[in-house]
Formats: sequence, C-alpha cells, structure tokens
Amino acid sequence: MTIASTTQLICFAVLATTVVAGALGVVLLPNVVYAAFLLAGVFLSVAGLYLMLNASFVAAAQVLVYVGAVNVLILFAIMLVNKREDLAAIPGLALRRLVSGLVCGGLFVLLIRVAFTTPWGSGPEPVGEEATIRIGEHLFSDYLLPFELASVLLLMAMIGAIVLARRDVFSQDIATGEGVDQGLIEKARTPLLLDRSPR
Amino acid sequence: MDLSLYSGIPLQAFLVVAAVLFCTGVWGLINSRNAVRVLMSIELMLNAVNINLMAFSSYLDGQLIRGQVFAIFVITVAAAEAAVGLAILLSLYRNRDTVDMERFNLLRW
Repeated sequence: MTIASTTQLICFAVLATTVVAGALGVVLLPNVVYAAFLLAGVFLSVAGLYLMLNASFVAAAQVLVYVGAVNVLILFAIMLVNKREDLAAIPGLALRRLVSGLVCGGLFVLLIRVAFTTPWGSGPEPVGEEATIRIGEHLFSDYLLPFELASVLLLMAMIGAIVLARRDVFSQDIATGEGVDQGLIEKARTPLLLDRSPR
Repeated sequence: MDLSLYSGIPLQAFLVVAAVLFCTGVWGLINSRNAVRVLMSIELMLNAVNINLMAFSSYLDGQLIRGQVFAIFVITVAAAEAAVGLAILLSLYRNRDTVDMERFNLLRW
C-alpha cells in the first residue's frame, strides 16, 4: 500500500463519516436550524467524495448549487416560517418510528446485498483530469436536448416559485374590473413576520 | 478492480455510503413533522443517488462518464424542486399558519 492510497483511504473515511453523521444529524436534531447547517456540511462532504472520483466540475457545481443556492434557500424558508409551535402529540408515534426504521433498515440490507453480490466487473481506464472536457462535449452533442430542456425547466421553476410565493393582491379584478374582496387586500398587507419575539 | 487510480477504495464503499444516506433520507421523509425538514430529507436522497451515479461513472464508464452528465441534470432538477417546494411551503404556511406535516391533511380520507 503506497502513501497515496493510504491518504486516499483516510480522506474517504473522513468524508464518509462526515456524510453519515451529518445526515443522521439532519434527520434527528430537534432544532431545524442546526439541521440546515449540518445539511451544508453533508453537501460539502459529498462534493469532496466527487473530487475523490476525479469529477472536479460536478464537485464545483455541487458546491455552487447545493451549498450556495439550495441551502441558503432552505435557511430563508426556516427564517420565514420560524414559528415555535408545540407539536400536538399524535398517538402511536413511537410505533410509527419503529416500523419505518425497520422498513428503512430492510431497504438498507437489500441495497448492501445488491452492492456486494453483483459482479460489477471493471470498466475502461477513467479519463481523470479530462472529465470536464468530456462533460462539455456531451452537453453540446448528444445531451443537447436535455440541456436546453433543463434551462426551460429552471425558467418555469423560477416563475412558478415567484407566482406561488408572492403576496400582492390587485385592488381590482383584472378580467372584470370589479373591486375584489377587501379582506384579501388587508391580508396581503399584514407582514409575514408578525410577533416573533423569542419565546 | 485493477484500476490503479482506485487501488485503495473499492466501488462498494461508495455504494455503502450512498445506501446509508438514502435510507436516512427515507426515514427522515417519513418521520419529520417539520415541512422544511421533509425538503431537506429529499435533498439527502437526491445526493445519495448522485453519489451512486458518480461512482458508477468513474468505475464502470471511465471513458464516456455519462453518469457525471446525469448527475449535473439531477442537480439542476433538485435546484428547481427546492425552489418550487419552498414556495409551496410558504404558501401553505400562509394558509394554515403551521408547518406541521400532520395538519396538512386536507386530502386524507
């Protein structure tokens, strides 16, 4: 075993431990803000795993999109709906957790069994540092249509998110010209963050 | 596996990490009561799938790396999903004044 492979092994062990511990924290921690920051840690560690697989472009995209955009969006959502409420107890919660834990454990065992019993064989020599060039060639030749569709999808998602999340109400119906319900206008004027003093 | 680049780590190691991540995500998806945490669990599951795609692309498809292209598309769709999901969440919160998943039961029978 050479020094390089030992370093690789240590890096993989650290990253895998971070991913697993972070994922458990995301799911189990009671404070959702801590969970969001741990989620950023999980995303960064996954980007590290991508780097170990010689995929620098996807690792950069992961950091930019997930840590830079999705995680910040989640933090914004947490701040916008930050209402400390005492969740009403529901009957059979412990049983539900146990059963779903058993189901997930069974799924895990199945996946592990598939991973270890399938003869994966070995593929051709990986391209290594040329991966970004290959991805660019793919995106502009045989994956051009999905690439363009992805841009349309992002545009649709952006417009949809704006339409869903905005609050303003026209004072007149644009189709008929009649005045709309006054309650709607009042509701649109009430701020989203009412009384959020720490309790 | 006779690839000199990956002499240290077998393919199965990546698959195990992805399986752990996916199962944690499924458990969180079922058991979370905060709607934001449900979205976070979905992101965990998408990341697990991405790890699988990247590992297969490196170990079994080293020349054509189609898995990396797929991972990029998955990241794109995940970003769109997160934006729309959080907008839906805000709109739900405005209507029901809660983020408790147990109280979003309008379609339950």
